[in-house]
Formats: sequence, C-alpha cells, structure tokens
Amino acid sequence: MSPEAVTRLPVTSDVQISGARHAVREAAIAAGFSLVEQTKLVTAASELARNTLVHGGGGHMEITTLGRDQRGIRLTFTDSGPGIPDVAAALSDGYTTGQGLGLGLGGARRLVNEFAIDTGPGRGTTVTVASWPRGARRVTL
Amino acid sequence: MTAVGSGRSGAAVVAEVLDARREQLAQQWADLPLFRTVYTSGRDAAVTAAHRLVDTLADVAHGERVEDTTVPALDRIRPHLAQTINARTRAGCSSPQFTAEVAELKTPLMAIVAQELTDEDRYSGLLAAAALMGTLRLVVMEILLNQGDDIIDRQRQQLLEVSTPIIKLWDRVIAVPLIGTLDSARTQVVMETLLDAIVDQHAAVAILDITGVPLVDTVVAQYLMKTAMAVRLMGAECVISGIRPQIAQTIVQLGIDLGDIKTRATLADALAWALEQAGARIASKE
Ligand SMILES: Nc1ncnc2c1ncn2[C@@H]1O[C@H](COP(=O)(O)OP(=O)(O)O)[C@@H](O)[C@H]1O
Ligand SMILES: [Mg+2]
Repeated sequence: MSPEAVTRLPVTSDVQISGARHAVREAAIAAGFSLVEQTKLVTAASELARNTLVHGGGGHMEITTLGRDQRGIRLTFTDSGPGIPDVAAALSDGYTTGQGLGLGLGGARRLVNEFAIDTGPGRGTTVTVASWPRGARRVTL
Repeated sequence: MTAVGSGRSGAAVVAEVLDARREQLAQQWADLPLFRTVYTSGRDAAVTAAHRLVDTLADVAHGERVEDTTVPALDRIRPHLAQTINARTRAGCSSPQFTAEVAELKTPLMAIVAQELTDEDRYSGLLAAAALMGTLRLVVMEILLNQGDDIIDRQRQQLLEVSTPIIKLWDRVIAVPLIGTLDSARTQVVMETLLDAIVDQHAAVAILDITGVPLVDTVVAQYLMKTAMAVRLMGAECVISGIRPQIAQTIVQLGIDLGDIKTRATLADALAWALEQAGARIASKE
C-alpha cells in the first residue's frame, strides 16, 4: 500500500493558511472522514500551519493520502526556521514564546491519531501528523 | 554602435526640444484619444492639459533623471493623471487600454526629436526621449495599481460591513451572527460594530452566534475571548451561541478554557437566557 496523491502547498502568508485549511478539508472529505473527524484534522492543520508561518518564518505543507479504500491522511509541515530547543516545553499547554495561547502544538497532537516532530535549534522544524477515519485499517506513519 | 555626440547628454537635448517645440507637441497630443476623450468640453482644455504634461516632462529632462519615477517634478502631474484615469475608467476604459493610450504619446514626441536634432545628437536624444516616455508609463501604472488596491480595499470593507449585521432580538438584547472564517480584519469590524451597537441600543446582553463559523482554532478562540471581554467592559453580558458538537470537541481537545464566558448550544437558548436576565419569560400556552 504505497502513498498516493501528494499535494504540496506553500505556507508563507495568512491567505495560504486559509488555502491549506481548505485543501485539508477537501482531502478529508474525499477520504471519507466524518464531520467531527474533518473538523479535528482541519483544526490541527490550522494550528500547525500557523506555527510554520509565525514561528518558523514560513515553509510548506504536504498532504498525502494513505492507502486505497479506507484512507488516512498524512500532513507534513516543514520550515527552516529557528527550530524548537525544548520540545517538551513547547508541547505543554500554555507555553508560548509569542502572543498566542500556547495551545497549538499540544492541541494539534490531541486532535490527530499520530504525531511526530523533528526539530532542533537551527535545524528548522518538521511536524508530521496522520489521522484515519473511524474503522479504517491503519498504515504506519 | 556608438554615435559621436555633441558632448551634451541625451536628456539635455530632449529638454531643449521640449522647450522649443512645446506648442507643436501639445497640439499634436491634444488630438490623441488620451486627451481628446477626457476633455470633451473643448479643445482648449485638452491643449492646456497637454501643455502641462510637456512642461513637466521638460522639467524632468532638465533635471537629467529621465528614468527616475520618483523625481519631484512628476508629482505635479500625478493628481491630473489620477483624475484622467478616473474619468477614463468611468467611461469603461480598461487599464491596458489606458496604458496603450499613454504609449501613443510617444510617436509624435519621437518624430519631433528626430526632426529637430542634428545627426550627432539624434541617437542619444531618441534614447532619452524613449526613457522619458517609459518613465511616464511607469508612473501611470503605479497610479493604476494603487487605484486597484483602493477599489479592492473599499469592496473588502463593504463586504465586511455587510456581513456583520447586528440584530436586535429584544429590548436591550442584540445578536451578531458570525459567518465564515474569522480573520483579524473581520473580527476587528465585528468588535467595533458590536460595541457601537451596545451603546446605541443600551444593550444588556450581546450574543455572538458562531453557527456559521466552520472552525474554532486557538486564534479564533482568542478573538472570541477578547470580544467577550470588551463587551463586558461596556457593562453588558456576552453569550456565545451556536457551538456545534464538532466545534465543542475541538475546543476541548485544544485545551481552550473559555473561562466564565457564557455559552449556549443554540441562539434560541441564548435568547431564553437573555430574557431571563431581563426578567421576561417565554412560556408555552397551556
Ligand atoms: N515551527 C516552529 N518553529 C519554531 N518554534 C515553534 C514552531 N512551532 C512551535 N514553536 C514553539 O512552540 C511554542 C508553542 O507553540 P504553540 O503551542 O502552537 O503555541 P503558540 O503558537 O500559541 O505560541 C511556540 O510559542 C514556539 O516557541
Ligand atoms: Mg501556535
């Protein structure tokens, strides 16, 4: 079961975040996500895309549809910004180095089925998340 | 290919030609669509406008900076160009059409320059004249672009206002149904309109209905909290209604704490609560 249908979108402005949300919503609908499942994934995408723009200085998002029948969706958000020195702190609720609520990263993790983050000072940040509609057979991230 | 010139710059010789042939050029320009179609009241007005343009370009050429769109001399004609553009746009002229009309000014100028100058000055003079007309075109395009922005801004503003209706539900109870994505421009308008309405209508309760909002992420939540806080500072109560199941779930999973902001599932529930506050009650007829 190989990945198919990869879409790559730039995330360098507010308008593009909105475009990213629409693209994720469409992919989720096509993959058979329920309304609640769609909303969770789109909300997570909104948080992660905004982090890419605000904290990472812009980057891109990739949408990959996994599997064939009951399909999952994988999203990757990549930037070459400053990176996150303390991932545990960044994931904890209320932690922010900006003006946000500090709930985006941890919240996104709770909203998806799988969550991975690859980052370090000066290395940029890549966040990968994946979700499947209920009852779908999962493939690994 | 180098022409052996008289030692004077192309800009300087063009400036001289523009001074010497001012009348001839203005008369020719006045007959072109750019001037003819705007100054319909009479040819004199068109000639005056053409004079103004010739004189401005002569000043620019005297200053030697024929390729610089920022020279102060050009500021003199900007308002006139903007007016001309407005008039032409109202008459249905498109931007490319307008720039083409500006480009037509070039032919008579080049002809006069070629005719006036001696062999040694002609080449550099034509180059400078072409550069000057290119600069004029850039100035026109700049104005066109800015006007486009103005129009888009204006339409955007209107759209924002149109999409933020404040509804009076009851004496001193108002509601604003939010529809679509809440960006910062929109929430700013919502907040201002709502606060104004609270004052105007002496509202005691303001209901923010988010039934039409597809998603509440941390930024939208922050907007809602700020609006609720501002409403409270005005002495009114704020209720957020229309929280659908999928929105409730994402708010919880994001870990957003709406604090002591009142929330209700539907607008009807919010209204019932508001009426209770006001001492009114809706009872079904037995
Ligand atoms: N892509 C990123 N690049 C650099 N730092 C990030 C990135 N994403 C998150 N962070 C860091 O993690 C913190 C927490 O992120 P988040 O939970 O989304 O809260 P907020 O965005 O409200 O600050 C941010 O304040 C920032 O310091
Ligand atoms: Mg964030």
